[in-house]
Amino acid sequence: MLMGSLWTPRGIYNAVIIILCIIMPWLAPAIGQEFFTDVFTRTMIFAIAAISLNLIMGYGGMISFGHAVYIGIGGYTVGILSYHGIDNGWIQWPMAIGLCGVFALIFGAISLRTKGVYFIMITLAFAQMMYFLSVSIEKYGSDDGLNIDSQSQFGVPFFDLSDPLTIYYTAFLCMMLCVYITYRFVNSRFGMVIRGSMSNDERMRSIGYPTYGYKLTAFVIAGMMAGLSGILSANFEAFMSPDNLFWIASGDLIFMVVLGGMGTIFGPIGGTVLFLVISEILSNFTESWHLIFGPLLILVVLYMRGGMEGFFASLGRSQND
Amino acid sequence: MTKTVLKVDNLVKRFGGLVATDHVSLDVEQNEIHAIIGPNGAGKTTLIHQLSGMIEPDSGAILFNDVEITQLSAPSRCHAGLVRSFQITSILKNFTVLDNVALAVQARQGHSFRFWKAAQKDQTLRQPAQEILDEVGLGDRSHVLAGNLAHGEQRRLEIAVALATSPKLLLLDEPMAGMDSEASESMTAYLRSLKGKYTMLLIEHDMDAVFALADRITVLVYGQVIASGIPEEIRKNAEVRSAYLGDD
Repeated sequence: MLMGSLWTPRGIYNAVIIILCIIMPWLAPAIGQEFFTDVFTRTMIFAIAAISLNLIMGYGGMISFGHAVYIGIGGYTVGILSYHGIDNGWIQWPMAIGLCGVFALIFGAISLRTKGVYFIMITLAFAQMMYFLSVSIEKYGSDDGLNIDSQSQFGVPFFDLSDPLTIYYTAFLCMMLCVYITYRFVNSRFGMVIRGSMSNDERMRSIGYPTYGYKLTAFVIAGMMAGLSGILSANFEAFMSPDNLFWIASGDLIFMVVLGGMGTIFGPIGGTVLFLVISEILSNFTESWHLIFGPLLILVVLYMRGGMEGFFASLGRSQND
Repeated sequence: MTKTVLKVDNLVKRFGGLVATDHVSLDVEQNEIHAIIGPNGAGKTTLIHQLSGMIEPDSGAILFNDVEITQLSAPSRCHAGLVRSFQITSILKNFTVLDNVALAVQARQGHSFRFWKAAQKDQTLRQPAQEILDEVGLGDRSHVLAGNLAHGEQRRLEIAVALATSPKLLLLDEPMAGMDSEASESMTAYLRSLKGKYTMLLIEHDMDAVFALADRITVLVYGQVIASGIPEEIRKNAEVRSAYLGDD
């Protein structure tokens, strides 16, 4: 099942998060915390990147430590095209996603020749390479970032991405679409192969799978999906900066996935919500909120194997025993 | 005239100064069980790694059905019909028993760049997989996680997965490894029931099993073939007795 049975702790937890995403634009003003609509828009945009990372990390064992680079490539493509006066979304979006695919193909083709810690280091190196590229081009803002004057224009009536509600629900629909695509993919024949290769690559090769090609395909799909996150981010923030593809951003994505539950369909959404909401709340209390947040994450990794999803799933199991 | 399925010609593999495979030549004929025995460190597993394409030999040739496959990748060898099992059980532990076999069935049905339909509901995968499980006696364990199977059952699953790829030649790397005598006997009986249907190259420590199953035996010591022949000849061979079988 897509969400597991609904009336289990895990099902209820996932339902609550999705319902929160649906009603936040009304809930936030009602409780006098209007900025939460923005927090949730940003959350859902990041969740798309986390979902895509989960596809390769949670289902394919590919721990990419440079996944934010595709947010950057997607976002900068929108920003740079817009800078040159091309704000047509029908051009911007396919081009951004296509470019992410091309870069993921190049980066993946090289990184996937290695395993384990080397794979992590090479993906990190590629991402940092692109980070320094974004810092060095003064025309596009270098480290001050690039202001984006106009959102993507689609020429569709009532569809205006500068409207907060429109971008909110666009992000929501994109996120749900990515979840659904992931769900279909990981349960398909293709998905069984990358999951098998995560479990035991040698075995998969010896029963006849050239696993490299399958893993590379998954890597490219994930890169393109993260590119969508970058496109939305550029439209929502009207700004792209090198920080978007800095290694810390990639590290945050890994944390979102681990916090939510690697290798679960909805896990990355819950992980992203918790990650961003907790950091938002903590940063309101104190400047040095990382001091609290860091140990919190360590505790989750140590004591909640399987993240939030795993935690709620185990609650369900102990009830049935 | 019987047909030679596998021909190994002067295979050499060195690891630094150690010659793990030292000019090994052997052949396997259609429908026979050819066993390779030898003390620990004789280079049996290194040999099987080269035959299955996991490591590359330094020199020599491997011919499978008269086609040279020395440079072929492991997945391509599997598609050609040369399939191995592992000494250390290497099933997918977090997959169910049925999923393990279904994946092997899927591998022989062409490419798996199919992204949309649920594989776990696909009867063209499930049904052949279930049939193979029934055959190896794991039919009622199909929905158990493979990691939760007893050791003997895992070894059977290992064989089931290899069979599901429709092999022409099975490379069995110590199928009795870690089994008690009872389990080992039942595995021996099972392998005997496959005799005639499959050609097998069997690497095994369990001498009772080897002499019960093998049509021919090759003895490997320090990477070299010191003897090769039918079980009776091997049993009598003085060199083999001193090197390996003991004096009893």
